[in-house]
Amino acid sequence: MKAIVNVFLKAGVLDSQGKAVHHALNSLQFGNVEDVRVGKQIILKLNETDKEKAMSDVTKMCEDLLANTVIEDYTIELV
Amino acid sequence: MKVSILQFPGTNCEYDTQYAFEKLGAQTQIVWHKSTTIPADTDLLVVAGGFSYGDYLRSGAIAKFSPVMSAVKEYADKGGKILGICNGFQVLTEARLLPGALKRNEGLHFISRHHHLKVENNDNVFLEKLNTGDIVNIPIAHHDGNYYIDDEGLAELESNGQILLKYTDANGEIKNPNGSVAGIAGVCNKEKNIFGLMPHPERAMESLLGSDDGIKMLEGFLAS
Repeated sequence: MKAIVNVFLKAGVLDSQGKAVHHALNSLQFGNVEDVRVGKQIILKLNETDKEKAMSDVTKMCEDLLANTVIEDYTIELV
Repeated sequence: MKVSILQFPGTNCEYDTQYAFEKLGAQTQIVWHKSTTIPADTDLLVVAGGFSYGDYLRSGAIAKFSPVMSAVKEYADKGGKILGICNGFQVLTEARLLPGALKRNEGLHFISRHHHLKVENNDNVFLEKLNTGDIVNIPIAHHDGNYYIDDEGLAELESNGQILLKYTDANGEIKNPNGSVAGIAGVCNKEKNIFGLMPHPERAMESLLGSDDGIKMLEGFLAS
């Protein structure tokens, strides 16, 4: 199975890249864009059939390495 | 006085750091990240600047799992003195040896220039040769130097005197190049044996090259 991990800066932590992209979109006349958050997506191919085990492993991977929980939140989707 | 300098793949300030401490009369040695021990007689361990592991994922994120890091933690727990400069600061925050985190600069650009810094607290071995309120002129060179800590953490840093340096102009007024919370350029841990800063004191050792204010900073470690 695959795990799709999305990592974004926490709400309340200024996302400078998101802000820059937002300004750029506005100057391209996309005035309806209200907010932009830029993050990263990490796709893991797992040799694992047990969803619960996969979820608990990937959570540990996020806590230890994939995200810095001082400034970032993460979501995990198993497919 | 023996200074051990950590070297990861991508570290590039280890020789400048060696030059700086040898100029001050210390003995130095470079420790490769695969080592599982810190030389026994180390008086100061420096995590030098650069781009460990190419800054992949996040600056300092991969280096924190290098073989040498368990020995670094053990050394820190025993009260050993550690100085992290630039990428070294990022490694120490990633390893949770120092509070907070370093984000991408607010203006998104890599910044490389001299910058004034104000000494916020000198009741620590690193800055004891300077006075609180002194202004030093030190080069900065970073892309991810935007120090972040939440409000609660900031209050704790302030009340424990853990803020070492802030970015200012030549008159000591806050001038923030990268968006750091409260203009913070360097912090230490509560026990005041682990220090981290984004500016490069090891690059300010010769007035011919623009500033020798780094001498007064690094000298603090030699006095103790």
